[in-house]
Amino acid sequence: MSESAFRPASAGTSGPLLSVRDLHTWFELRQWGFLRLGHVRAVDGVTFDLKRGESVAFVGESGCGKSSLARTLLGLHRPTSGEVVSEGRSLGTLSGSELKAYRAGVGYVQQDPYGALPPFMNVRRILAEPMIVHGIRSREEREARARQVLEEVRLSPADEILPKFPHMLSGGQQQRVVIARALLLEPSLLIADEPVSMLDASVRVEILNLLHSIQAKRNLTLAFITHDLSTVRHYANRIFVMYAGRIIEQAEVNDLLEHPQHPYTQALLAAIADPDADNAKHQRDVPAGEPPSLLNPPPACRFHPRCPHFMAGLCDEEDPPDFEPRRRHWSACWLHR
Amino acid sequence: MSPWRERLRQLSRYPSAIAGMGMIAVLVAIAIYAVVAIPYGQALELWRGGEPWRLNPVNAGPVWVDRLFGGDMPRTIVVDSDEAEVEEERFDGGRMVRIPLEFDYESTGFPSGINLFVRSAFEESEPFVRMTWHRPDGEEIQLGGRAMSRQDRVSFSQDWTLERRLGEVAHVALFAVPDEQFERAQPGEYGLTLDAILFEEDAEIAAELVVYGRVHGIAGTDHQRRDLMVALLWGTPVALSFGLLAAVGTTITTLIIAAAGVWYGRWVDAVIQRLTEVNMILPLLPILVMVGTLYSTSIWLMLGVVIALGIFSAGIKMYRAMLLPMREAPYIEAARAYGAGNARIILRYMIPRILPVLIPTFVTLIPTFVFLEASLALLGLGDPVLPTWGKVLNDAQAQSALYHGFYYWVIAPAVLLMFTGLGFAMLGFALDRIFNPRLRAV
Repeated sequence: MSESAFRPASAGTSGPLLSVRDLHTWFELRQWGFLRLGHVRAVDGVTFDLKRGESVAFVGESGCGKSSLARTLLGLHRPTSGEVVSEGRSLGTLSGSELKAYRAGVGYVQQDPYGALPPFMNVRRILAEPMIVHGIRSREEREARARQVLEEVRLSPADEILPKFPHMLSGGQQQRVVIARALLLEPSLLIADEPVSMLDASVRVEILNLLHSIQAKRNLTLAFITHDLSTVRHYANRIFVMYAGRIIEQAEVNDLLEHPQHPYTQALLAAIADPDADNAKHQRDVPAGEPPSLLNPPPACRFHPRCPHFMAGLCDEEDPPDFEPRRRHWSACWLHR
Repeated sequence: MSPWRERLRQLSRYPSAIAGMGMIAVLVAIAIYAVVAIPYGQALELWRGGEPWRLNPVNAGPVWVDRLFGGDMPRTIVVDSDEAEVEEERFDGGRMVRIPLEFDYESTGFPSGINLFVRSAFEESEPFVRMTWHRPDGEEIQLGGRAMSRQDRVSFSQDWTLERRLGEVAHVALFAVPDEQFERAQPGEYGLTLDAILFEEDAEIAAELVVYGRVHGIAGTDHQRRDLMVALLWGTPVALSFGLLAAVGTTITTLIIAAAGVWYGRWVDAVIQRLTEVNMILPLLPILVMVGTLYSTSIWLMLGVVIALGIFSAGIKMYRAMLLPMREAPYIEAARAYGAGNARIILRYMIPRILPVLIPTFVTLIPTFVFLEASLALLGLGDPVLPTWGKVLNDAQAQSALYHGFYYWVIAPAVLLMFTGLGFAMLGFALDRIFNPRLRAV
């Protein structure tokens, strides 16, 4: 990129790629345009670091704030408070052109590949758009780079794919185009929001493997958001478990999957359907109730109304801090006190 | 195959679309021909009337109509003294010139008028001309004599003394079969002999006799002798460009404003919505009448007002409804994520999405503006200098054309207007079925 390359990662800098500090992303709810009804606390106090070249997964039920977190990291939502720090600068303080440059450094892969591609553009145009936005004027260069990323996502022959419109591609091909588009500007962070949940089971693994191999080859940081714990083990180094806008547990992937600490994580893992014949014989314990309203979240520990280990007077009165019950394994639960 | 090419291909399956496109092509061809054959300045000059049309009859019908009904209407006959066998006789201090203007009259219908145009050159003394009318049966009628100025015109048909003497207006009386109460004209060899006395050695005289017919050209003429063909031809590019510009102007601005309102939301959207609601209850035609009456009736000013009032038209509500769900479309979120700016998102990502739905509306919108221009002209607010179909209709109405039986004067512009409307409507309806597939099953 020609512009003053302010990017989440320029080679040679050590330290985290992205630091998120006490991030809150709230959405104001209004009636008739002026009556304030309150806030939807989609992201409500989240702190973590993303290291270069690692692959992390954000896991949680729908409505737990994973996607809002992703959009805040992309600069699509303004944080209500807290900050996202990249290259020592907070996202909120960036000027328009700096924010644009930052965005070039963050790739975004969405859930619905068909919706993510403008239906009135062909693949050539779709891939050219980000480059035009970022000032790559030479048509030859755009064409060359488009062909290169298409090859990288294993869509070939490029001559056949480039003139096609999204509806002429299969779901898997569409998602590959989305990934290609995300890679065009050579990002250092790739955010994938449930990248395979809308795809046929048969192509899911292919796409996940593709993301994994691209991450390894380009040494980029991959943050993928999922509610599917069963695939996480193979593609992520670290897991963040989110509940009601907060990260309640984080650890290395194997440690977390084998020794879940937080009661919510335990329940989540118990709900995974193992291909095991014994499953038919016993009923699993799934926490009763529904995910809490983000408009009026329960006080203190958000999970306490559903928690089997609820301790009255503590869990509903004081926010649990991040305990470290195992080495490099944090859990926000009073049980570890 | 791109979706657009695919849709074009589909279009060829609708006979109505082909017919519509054919009609539009004919109109475009006429428009191009008009602009090429009669340059803009010349068209304005011609339409101002007067001198260029002196050889045309007043209110003459089209020739082909007369032919169609097997009529025997006379054409205009022009006899020039340059082609006549002029006899000269000199005398002391001057000359005597005899100019026999002879012509063959073939019709049994009466002509619509007789004029004699005389051009003379002299120093001081005007030439004196005595006029004698020769009928085919050999009879001679004295039409009197008078002194002629340099550019003179003798209107026999408006000579009341002559009319009283002959018992009927000159162009009837001079052509009637004798003793038949002026019921039909007598075909045969006619002549007007001018006996001019020139009182100077170097004086010159030339004359042109015009016997006006009752049919003229393809379109006929109006009350100012103007050939209606000029207005019908030139009305085509004017109508098409007015309709197209107004449709383009209103659609594009409306679309961009609707998209901007949807995209920015909040107060921008609120302001646009309120402006639209106010604009929707403003009556377009009375406002145009007011502008035309108080300011100027130039067609380009009218176009400007039409577009200005069309910007915040009801279309905004429709486009807004179509664009609102797109605001949250994942591909727009993706575009923001790679740094596309607001203008790019509105113009490149939102508008193209609803463009296909818009094209049929756009095509059917063109004739409504053509009709609007005609309505304005009919109300007397037509462009003061440009010939348009609406102005022809306005003239026709002002001259009570239908009362007098000049049907051609009303029918020709009306047919052209309907032809335009039909062409665009047929294409538009076919496009609607292609671009809005939900209609196709019906």
